[in-house]
Amino acid sequence: MSIYGFLHRSALKQLPECLNEAGYRCIGPRVREGAVTFGELTSIDDLPRGVGDEQRPAHYRLGEREDERLFAWAVGPQGLKSWLFTPRETLWRSRRDDDGRLYFETGSPADDRPLAAIGVRACDLAALRLQDAHFLEREPDPGYRKRRAGLFLVAVDCTHPAETCFCHSTGDGPACESGFDLALHELDDGFIVHAGSEAGERVAARLPLLPVGEEQEAARRDQQRAAIDAQQRALPGRNLRDALFANLDHERWQAVAERCLSCANCTSVCPTCFCHSHEEVPDLDGRTSEHLRQWDSCFTEGHSYIHGIVIRAETPERYRQWLTHKLGSWHDQYGRSGCVGCGRCITWCPVGIDLTEEATVICAEAGDD
Amino acid sequence: MTDPYLPREAEILERVDEAGSIFSLRLALTDPRARADYAFAPGQFNMVYLFGVGEVPISVVRLRGEDADFAHTIRPVGRVTRAMAELRAGDRLGIRGPFGRGWPLELAEGGDVVVITGGLGCAPAVTVVHHVLANRERFGRLVIMQGVKHSDDLIWAEQYARWREAPDTRVLLAADQARPGWTGQQGLITTLFDQAEFDRGRATVMMCGPEPMMVASARRLVDDGVEAGRIWLSMERNMQCAAGHCGHCQFGPRFVCRDGPVFHYPEVAGLLGVRGF
Ligand SMILES: Cc1cc2nc3c(=O)[nH]c(=O)nc-3n(C[C@H](O)[C@H](O)[C@H](O)COP(=O)(O)OP(=O)(O)OC[C@H]3O[C@@H](n4cnc5c(N)ncnc54)[C@H](O)[C@@H]3O)c2cc1C
Ligand code: SF4
Ligand code: SF4
Ligand code: FES
Repeated sequence: MSIYGFLHRSALKQLPECLNEAGYRCIGPRVREGAVTFGELTSIDDLPRGVGDEQRPAHYRLGEREDERLFAWAVGPQGLKSWLFTPRETLWRSRRDDDGRLYFETGSPADDRPLAAIGVRACDLAALRLQDAHFLEREPDPGYRKRRAGLFLVAVDCTHPAETCFCHSTGDGPACESGFDLALHELDDGFIVHAGSEAGERVAARLPLLPVGEEQEAARRDQQRAAIDAQQRALPGRNLRDALFANLDHERWQAVAERCLSCANCTSVCPTCFCHSHEEVPDLDGRTSEHLRQWDSCFTEGHSYIHGIVIRAETPERYRQWLTHKLGSWHDQYGRSGCVGCGRCITWCPVGIDLTEEATVICAEAGDD
Repeated sequence: MTDPYLPREAEILERVDEAGSIFSLRLALTDPRARADYAFAPGQFNMVYLFGVGEVPISVVRLRGEDADFAHTIRPVGRVTRAMAELRAGDRLGIRGPFGRGWPLELAEGGDVVVITGGLGCAPAVTVVHHVLANRERFGRLVIMQGVKHSDDLIWAEQYARWREAPDTRVLLAADQARPGWTGQQGLITTLFDQAEFDRGRATVMMCGPEPMMVASARRLVDDGVEAGRIWLSMERNMQCAAGHCGHCQFGPRFVCRDGPVFHYPEVAGLLGVRGF
């Protein structure tokens, strides 16, 4: 029987302490520049206590709450992605000697203390599974693999979805079902803690857990129900591949492109987007050079450039690539949609384009699979 | 675990200037073990890295059919390939690869082979011709069809002349616009198809070149009774990683670097020629 118990609010500070003692470096949500993003945690006081959020298409604002809750907000612009698939990373370094010989050295990071991420939401756990499939199956990516190895996940059930969230329709939330080491469900006076792995059991065993009372169970069920009911948006089905590819000439692509700025905000906040480009940065001395990769997007011109042609020169083609990949081809590539319903691309789109609305219009008539 | 992101040093053994500004480099990995172990299938490519400049995908070929070492034939078009044009024997490059899926040469055995190319030379197709000529008894007729926009664009004229002399081999050329004295056909490459003698039921067709040309050719072949499943083509997309990670080479659900660059026509027929993919 896996460990399951109640942790009083005042005892949560022991969680990062236990993790530090177990050798982990802790990261978690922090308020920075007006948004909740993941950063290094030195203590539980770094978490966003009494912070709430307001999200709508093209709108994000934090506010104060009357209570002490730590996780009473929906996901901010970045979750775990940038910690594993880093925005910029050296792939190799090369050196040329006086005879013109070349020497190569891997850029993949030295073994560091493993990370423990506190406060990962269900949508981000689902996104992590997709990034794992992309970066670890087939040809393992050395940098991603090193950072992913030993990652300890403390998940948190979403109790306060934003207006832009629709993880219930994609089947990815708001509660955390699997894929974590520990899961927390926040109540007024503390947390229901649930271990999901052996590493999680070991950490949970060191926390002062109490039995979970009947009232606490009921409160959790109510919050979970309310979090589902609060979600107003939905995709028109779990598998839209055929409907999208049958509608490549739909007039809506043109209409949405008239609003779309091709700014790539959606792909950079999306927790499953994996595109990146390479860049060579030679040192001024002419003897060494670095080969880097950095996040890129199918909304840029360079993404589809081959000599003499830009395959997606126009915005309708770029928006169509994003949606047909995210909600379509992903099924062929990784066996499910590439959207986990986090709503980030809606909140962070400067003109408030909502992919659930676009997909609904383009796939009208298409049902679930 | 091997690091897919670590080039290996290679030395240029020989440089050959080909037609126009095109040049070939015969290469060997400098590590003797790696050199001995290096093997590629026709149609695969390497990521070729020039120190301090960058890396580009280039098909792996042999300079001469009988060579033991691999080579690259490069057309200087932009930043990296133009800088590579300065390379000489003795210079060093970084090599990652070979990557991707090559031509279905074993499947093609026992029947006729049709090679269709367009535009300015086509390195992946040259390896097919080399392979068929080197293993002549395993294949039926060899038909090579090349189309160019203007008759002046035809490079490798000598190579075509040589292939024309090879046993059971037919070379057919077409130019959209032809200068007086052009001995090939005038028109699109599909105008050659009526002259091409091959067994429509059992030939294997391998194509590379501009996509509109490949789409038109594949459709016409299917109309002529060639089964779509006997047509293969090589595709090009922007490539950064060649490891199936960077996402640039995606063609609908396919990663060209990993699932291609050679595709079975039925796999890609749906999106081939659709603007934006
Ligand atoms: C599988 C494959 C095999 C190829 N084989 C050959 C060959 O045998 N010989 C040859 O001369 N060329 C070949 N090419 C094309 C060659 O890769 C491009 O000409 C080269 O990348 C252009 O780089 P550049 O920096 O000189 O040009 P620029 O126009 O300055 O391009 C800038 C960057 O865009 C990308 N890019 C541009 N064109 C292409 C392209 N066609 N394909 C992929 N990425 C591109 C590269 O990252 C390039 O560095 C092949 C391409 C592919 C995909
Ligand atoms: S497509 Fe939008 S809602 Fe879906 S996972 Fe990406 S950012 Fe979140
Ligand atoms: S192609 Fe576009 S939608 Fe797909 S992973 Fe890349 S950036 Fe994201
Ligand atoms: S070249 Fe990067 S995914 Fe194919």
